[in-house]
Amino acid sequence: MYEKHIMICGATGCLSSGSNQIAETLKEELEKQGVIDKYRLVMGGCPGFCEVGPIIVIYPDEVFYCRLKPKDMAELVEQHLIGGEIVERLLYKGPDVDAPARFYDTIPFYSKQKFNVLRNSGVIDPESIDEYIMRGGYRALRRALQMDSQAICDEVKDAGLRGRGGAGFPTGVKWGFTNKAPGPKKYIVCNADEGDPGAFMDRSILEGDPHAILEGMLIAGKACGADEGYIYCRAEYPLAIRRLKTAIQQAEEYGLLGSNILDSGFNFKMNIKEGAGAFVCGEETALLASIEGKRGMPRPRPPFPAQVGVFGKPTTINNVETLANIPLIVKEGGAAEYAKVGTEGSKGTKVFALAGKVRNTGLVEVPMGITIEEIIFDVGGGIQGGREFKAVQAGGPSGGCIPHDLINLPIDYDSLTKAGAIMGSGGLVVMDDRTCMVDLAKYFLSFTQKESCGKCTPCREGTKRMLEILERITEGEGKPEDLDTLDSLAHSIKDSSLCGLGQTCPNPVLTTIRYFRHEYEEHINEGYCRSGICKPLFQYLIDQDNCTGCRACVRVCPVEAIKGEKKEPHEIIQELCTRCGSCIEKCRQDCILITRVGSEADVSN
Amino acid sequence: MSNEAVAELNQDIDLDQVDSIIEPYLGKKEMVIPILQKVQEHFGYLPRPVMEHISRRMHIPLSRLYGVTTFYAQFKLKPRGRNIIRVCKGTACHIQGSPKISERIEEILDVESGETTDDLRFTLEEVACIGCCALAPVIMVNDDPHGRLTPDKVKDILDGYE
Repeated sequence: MYEKHIMICGATGCLSSGSNQIAETLKEELEKQGVIDKYRLVMGGCPGFCEVGPIIVIYPDEVFYCRLKPKDMAELVEQHLIGGEIVERLLYKGPDVDAPARFYDTIPFYSKQKFNVLRNSGVIDPESIDEYIMRGGYRALRRALQMDSQAICDEVKDAGLRGRGGAGFPTGVKWGFTNKAPGPKKYIVCNADEGDPGAFMDRSILEGDPHAILEGMLIAGKACGADEGYIYCRAEYPLAIRRLKTAIQQAEEYGLLGSNILDSGFNFKMNIKEGAGAFVCGEETALLASIEGKRGMPRPRPPFPAQVGVFGKPTTINNVETLANIPLIVKEGGAAEYAKVGTEGSKGTKVFALAGKVRNTGLVEVPMGITIEEIIFDVGGGIQGGREFKAVQAGGPSGGCIPHDLINLPIDYDSLTKAGAIMGSGGLVVMDDRTCMVDLAKYFLSFTQKESCGKCTPCREGTKRMLEILERITEGEGKPEDLDTLDSLAHSIKDSSLCGLGQTCPNPVLTTIRYFRHEYEEHINEGYCRSGICKPLFQYLIDQDNCTGCRACVRVCPVEAIKGEKKEPHEIIQELCTRCGSCIEKCRQDCILITRVGSEADVSN
Repeated sequence: MSNEAVAELNQDIDLDQVDSIIEPYLGKKEMVIPILQKVQEHFGYLPRPVMEHISRRMHIPLSRLYGVTTFYAQFKLKPRGRNIIRVCKGTACHIQGSPKISERIEEILDVESGETTDDLRFTLEEVACIGCCALAPVIMVNDDPHGRLTPDKVKDILDGYE
């Protein structure tokens, strides 16, 4: 028996802020004090609050330590583990709390969250099947194995679960299609090819709670009449793949995978396929082609994968987060319980990757129907540096920008679609007044353009033409008719592309034109980028009244374009300035101004 | 790297190694992606003689094999540097200034994204998202993430890799 469990976040966010060194130093300290046998150290899943990593949570005390450094470990061991007293210095502190906060319920970041999908992440050891079982794991599978296939589909339908991969199709209905498709051989595929730039919730689930995915797939297998599954996971997620392999091996040893599972006569074989880096493989028919060893190009539907899927057999394809919800729904009384959370059309919770210019970045799980304001200001703690909130991009390259005016918009499938965005996989990237919306639209389109597989003309050629226009606009060569051309191209691409990639990729352009038309017009008609991003369309000037002459900008300028004596206001030599932005990052007085090209020193706009 | 230099490197390829990788998959054409992944793990890239060999052993036309390798971003047909720099091009990194970071790296190394320096010291690549959005902008050099970057920090980081 251990006295305490020490969970060290071992997810990518915390690893990059040094949780490995933390773990090593902690171990050394425990050894030095001769108490290492009393504590169980787990490099566990992700508690979500990447911003304040590295994170350690100590159970059963439920104390949350953050922003840790290796040198803090000695104190942690002596004072907390041995002495039994909380190290207040290492608790969460911030402008949103009055006193150092001890745990989830007292930290504002967690106050509006509800953990369904992330229920085990950061709580159990992801490499231990016993801990998963102790938390109620595989109980839903046991129940499902005694149920009729249709009854399982019905429960999932009743719970109101919709696919978390983006399109939001009701999962129970999807299962029903595969179940009814003729033929003895059927497959379940888990889509873990999370390719949206800015979304990493699937990875966190895979790394933090791999057995939940296996259980979800097994239940799906029983409901669809499938006896084999594929997990199609990005090769860029080596830790997720390793943990899945461990989980599969453990489940096989426990008789939860293989033949005659739990003596029910149900068989299921699990395979892992590593993706090789192609965004379009998130599209289901492209993913199927990739599993078959081909170029991952989509094909027209129908026939839908439920009729003709992998290797030509009926197949259900579900996203990671969708599957992680299944054990909660299929457990005794789960469906009704599940449907209590959320809105009329969108039940349950959704995990979002909250990033960009928001103070508390990380992974958050919130009930459907929460407003944008609550997510950004209550959970996210507002905008970095107290700047102005401008917009939030929801749903990645297939989604859209939601402006400040719609801050009260509830986040659910239908409201987002109405606003021109989509739920997508759940990336939420927050933007402030230093983000240029034209540049952002260009960024997303250049991504989808590169990832377009080239099979259908509207997507292959259309995205290229749109990108060319956006490039011209950001280079100061925009023409007044460009906005109409973009709009008509965007609609043609949406209407006529073969797959989801093409059908949704104009969304970022359409929403930015819809909500930020004035910025496009400013670029085109006035040759001005107010956010200071499109290089030919602005210049930096130093505010002569506020510059203290600290020379910080002079030192950092790579082209020696800033002159001025110490304690005298500095000046930028426009002919030399490359607008690299080094000075504006460095200036502590906020006196480097973004101005129209050709403005004089005393004009601030 | 020039084509001549690549051709020279390709001369010393040991095809027996390739055979032992292919062996368990013979006759399973759907396993061609895992084969390519394992071969690349071994050689660091997919040398032409190896591609020709896989084509013969697996009875897959070289053209189709080439089609598969060029479709997926993971596969490289040219050798890569000793150190791989991956600049995250995710949304969060983009709005936190990753283009400025790329520019600075390109300036210092005199290569563009996707290229390798002539001395094989660095290969510069872009990656859609590393998943450390909280630390944006981020680059990875080999397995080390470097987060919360500004352009003036780039040189010191690169200097740390030989």
